[in-house]
Amino acid sequence: MIRVEGLSVRLGQAQVVDGLDFAVSAGESLALWGQNGAGKTTVIRALLGLVPFSGQVVLAGHQMPGEGRAARAHVGYVPQQLAYYEDMSALGLLRYLAALRAAPHGEPQALLAQVGLADHSAKAVGALSGGMKQRLALAAALLGDPPILLLDEPTASLDAGARSELTALIAGLRAAGKTLLVTTHRLAEVSALADRVLVMEGGRVRASCGAQELEAVLGLPARLHLRASGDMNQAVALLRAEGFTAQVNGRGLQVEAVPGRRAAPVVLLLAAGFAVDDIQIEEGP
Amino acid sequence: MTPLGVVRLVARKEVRDALRSRWFQLYAAGFAILALALSRLSLGEATGGGLAGFGRTAASLVNLVLLTVPLMGLTLGAGSLAGERERGTLATLLAQPVTRTEVLVGKYLGLGLALGAALAAGFGLAAVFIALGGGGAAAGAYGLLLGLALLLALAMLALGLVISAAARRTTAATGAALFTWLGLVFLGDLGLMGTALTMRLPVATLLLLAVLNPIEAYRIAAIQAITGSVDVLGPAGAYAARTLGDALMPALAGMLVLWTVVPLSVALLIFNRRSIV
Repeated sequence: MIRVEGLSVRLGQAQVVDGLDFAVSAGESLALWGQNGAGKTTVIRALLGLVPFSGQVVLAGHQMPGEGRAARAHVGYVPQQLAYYEDMSALGLLRYLAALRAAPHGEPQALLAQVGLADHSAKAVGALSGGMKQRLALAAALLGDPPILLLDEPTASLDAGARSELTALIAGLRAAGKTLLVTTHRLAEVSALADRVLVMEGGRVRASCGAQELEAVLGLPARLHLRASGDMNQAVALLRAEGFTAQVNGRGLQVEAVPGRRAAPVVLLLAAGFAVDDIQIEEGP
Repeated sequence: MTPLGVVRLVARKEVRDALRSRWFQLYAAGFAILALALSRLSLGEATGGGLAGFGRTAASLVNLVLLTVPLMGLTLGAGSLAGERERGTLATLLAQPVTRTEVLVGKYLGLGLALGAALAAGFGLAAVFIALGGGGAAAGAYGLLLGLALLLALAMLALGLVISAAARRTTAATGAALFTWLGLVFLGDLGLMGTALTMRLPVATLLLLAVLNPIEAYRIAAIQAITGSVDVLGPAGAYAARTLGDALMPALAGMLVLWTVVPLSVALLIFNRRSIV
């Protein structure tokens, strides 16, 4: 459904994407994972023909940028930074975009209801909250029922509640058979939304793996902060004996987490009779 | 959606946006008020009324058009693409199944319609006063003046779109539009006069250089429309009348059309090649 060969994008003096190859089959979901500046957003923009690129991009059988008009009819896009006509109403905006996509007349209202915005259809886009705007963006991306969705950091600007709502909505679309290309730097989003992951760094693919293997592939350092009851020195000794790096930290423990086995220290402590009351995970070096 | 359908949709939205824009409302209201004031003033001063009154009012309107219409066209055009690019809405629009050519043509037509409506309103108000003053017999010439003003507006709008397609920021586009306006309205005229005096240009060259400036082409065409001749321009006018005769008006209108087609093509070329973000 999406085929990319030797995709390179140069913006000014910077080589933002450098010889990228990947393919996404129909109904599959691929995540582009990487830190800010890795080139994920530029890949999406190149796929849409918004930035000049070299290499081959084929969307739903249409070569970009030459067949851009036909290709984009098969693609829905949720941008990272939402930029809509703020003075239009939510329904007015969807009607305008629906007309451009030649979508059925009643689709805007139906999609507003699907994303939970039916009661806000008359509100100006500028008056909607961040979470509502993001859901509106998803509704806009679904106009014309495109088989491919390009989602650029779809939950980046949302609070935890709105994030989990939107993730559930997108997971539903994935289950319904849409082909997804999602950019993200959130591990939780990758496992919820993607089948496969390309890890990007400096505009190139550093690794490719299944969504569930990402944490292990990245080997990201993380620390567990456990608040437990009992003799903490004994708990530290127990953990060290099992190969964990652990130390007493105030009223609790700090344990270096092993990617893919973060729950293991907790299981070990519980089995040894310690009461673990609270857990915090601190990611990053 | 067919290409024409996309152009129509984008144009309709552009008209809606222009009519809601404070800048456009200010321009349109300013033009209408000035046109009204000038026509009242001119008719009040005209002793004979009738055709004499028409001539004075029309001359005042031409001077108003020479100053304000290029400013309106250039700044509206310059703000169009650059503004949307800066706000990010251009990327949203171009992520739809549309081509950049359709979007640019739609924007051009929409802004052109809005500008045309503003001009028609101003000219219409002045026409009421001319008709009341007994100048109704010159309706044809007045219509021609309006048509020429529309051509000038469309040419300036196209030039504004070139600036907009090339500029990275709205402020830069607006600044460039203002410099272009100054250059065409004031510096072009002064530069031509200075060049003619110092280099003793032949009259044919002088005329050609003059009409290469779309604003001068409009001025000469407007004089021809009001008085029926361009003798008032001196030797250059006499030369134009002698060599072009009846073809003078079509030639000048053609120059304005050329000033529309060429910049619009350049704007398309730039817009189709540039990054949107």
